Amino acid sequence: MASAPIEKYKTGLLGWIDARFPLSELWQGHMVRYYAPKNFNNWYFFGSLALLVLVIQILTGIFLTMNYKPDSAIAFASVEYIMRDVNWGWLIRYLHSTGASAFFIVVYLHMFRGLLYGSYHRPRELIWLFGMVIYLALMAEAFMGYLLPWGQMSYWGAQVITSLFGAIPWVGESLALWIRGDFVIADATLNRFFAFHVIAVPILLLALVVLHIIALHEVGSNNPDGIEIKKTKGEDGIPLDGIPFHPYYSVKDIFGVAVFLLVFCGVVFFWPEFGGWFLEDNNFFPANPLKTPEHIVPVWYFTPFYAILRAVPDKFLGVVAMGGAIVMLFLLPWLDRSPVKSIRYKGMISKVALAIFSVSFVALGWLGTQPATPVLTNFARLFSVLYFAFFLLMPIYSKIDKTKPVPTRVT
Amino acid sequence: MKKIAFILASLLIPGWLMASEGHVHLEKANVNLADQASLQKGARTFVNYCLNCHAASFMRYSRMAKDLGLSEEEVTKNLMFASAKIGEPMNVAMPRNEVKKWFGTVPPDLSVITRARGEDWIYTYLKSFYLDPSRPTGVNNLVFKDVGMPHVLWELQGYAEPVFAEAHAGEGAAHKTVVGTKVVKPGLQTPEKYDETVHDLVNFLTYVGEPSKLDRLHLGPWVMLFLALFAGLAYLLKKEFWRDIH
Repeated sequence: MASAPIEKYKTGLLGWIDARFPLSELWQGHMVRYYAPKNFNNWYFFGSLALLVLVIQILTGIFLTMNYKPDSAIAFASVEYIMRDVNWGWLIRYLHSTGASAFFIVVYLHMFRGLLYGSYHRPRELIWLFGMVIYLALMAEAFMGYLLPWGQMSYWGAQVITSLFGAIPWVGESLALWIRGDFVIADATLNRFFAFHVIAVPILLLALVVLHIIALHEVGSNNPDGIEIKKTKGEDGIPLDGIPFHPYYSVKDIFGVAVFLLVFCGVVFFWPEFGGWFLEDNNFFPANPLKTPEHIVPVWYFTPFYAILRAVPDKFLGVVAMGGAIVMLFLLPWLDRSPVKSIRYKGMISKVALAIFSVSFVALGWLGTQPATPVLTNFARLFSVLYFAFFLLMPIYSKIDKTKPVPTRVT
Repeated sequence: MKKIAFILASLLIPGWLMASEGHVHLEKANVNLADQASLQKGARTFVNYCLNCHAASFMRYSRMAKDLGLSEEEVTKNLMFASAKIGEPMNVAMPRNEVKKWFGTVPPDLSVITRARGEDWIYTYLKSFYLDPSRPTGVNNLVFKDVGMPHVLWELQGYAEPVFAEAHAGEGAAHKTVVGTKVVKPGLQTPEKYDETVHDLVNFLTYVGEPSKLDRLHLGPWVMLFLALFAGLAYLLKKEFWRDIH
């Protein structure tokens, strides 16, 4: 934040508010006098876009809740009621279902940006950790939301995931029973998942987003060069490479929003199923506890971890590996020993490692959607090993890797 | 260079793996929701042949009348056999537990069947019944083996016999598999006419699967146009502000 004192309103309505609430302080501290590096590239759109999608999900979710029935006997029909009989219900529902996938797309790209430019490095470890907890909450939110349409994939996907808890020794079976509230996924599960999906997790998500942004604005944004702009300040105490977030990045982000909405609405209006990736064909069959689908496949955003789970022959160790794959991301700030942040100044080993990791993650995502044939399982094993190698070997290769000199000012 | 080579190599893997997968060949339904005459003919086939056992309980007659360009009187007179009021959904009166005894399964609701199975699957399925004396209904189906449903459209298509081909399963002896069907006892319609009937029916079922699809396809281009203009203006605004940043 800037060193000059915050200007407060003295008169009028804003003066009245400023005497009672830090309105000017918040506005200036987080917008007008929040100095962001001037060299943000396109990777820096995805943070604000994630916030936009969160708002879309909450607003459409409110309207869906007005007509959706969390009752296993009529849940499926109530979704079709929204699609047909509720005015604009189809639009609200497609915005929400497309929003779920869009959320993961922008969040994955946002996280990848962090990997590219070392945004998790000191002093931004807490931003990264809050972000990772947001990612966890998002996965819980998506998983529980996906049960609500009560189609075959909703049902059997939830059945598979909840049964994973059963793999934990000693307490597993009772834990799975406690989570479901029944021996199989049933009405009790649907009701409680509804409660978590519409109240508990969204509140948590909103609180975490606030923490994520407060932590960010405390230390300031990273940038594609991985340089601390606060190290080079002008006489006025303002970073020489910093520009006020508002209006410069607010107008830039509006442009980003427009481009995003073009793509997003293109999907919503012309291809809402997205070839079965956003709305699976099998989910148009109502849930049937007596009929297991041939291939139970989670939605695409979970498939990398699902592939890791299936790659391990033992069920419990598979669950451990799947959990470990996410824990690795949490540990990233302490695994990376490189003296530089940005990929621009890292050496060849780090670049190749990141490329291998990216390919492995996408490949695992694809493998998770396929039947587990012996050949594909071996591929899943290979890519799982590469996934973990990226993290576990990072303390070594990031240290020995030859880095380039980092300039003092952004380029 | 290494990175690029690796990415290219990885991209090749999925393609190579997919080639080994086998599928039942599905014929193209070539659905066209703008063809209202086809939708109307499909609706007629649907209420005459399907709606006796299968419901479409999410589809209201009144909505269908509006979307298909029919008056409520026309629908009430020609297309409503099972329901009393135009605002009602397409339900069937058949008792559920009896039905289970007759067919071994309850005929599924067809409201969203094209979205679950795919249009091409339904199209091919309705053309793939063949005579099979081992089945209680006397027929079997190429894409849905041992299906409980009889060949309801037999009077239109006639009856078809299976076309066999020799297949070798591993080291075992050769055995026959059904690869196609051939009409042996013609029905009321020629094969071309029957294809058209099934096409119209699948067209109608696709409409039933998502009645709002036409709305969204009509609205979509205007939304895109608005957003494109908005994006253009937003870009100019951004450029104007950023002129003083170097």
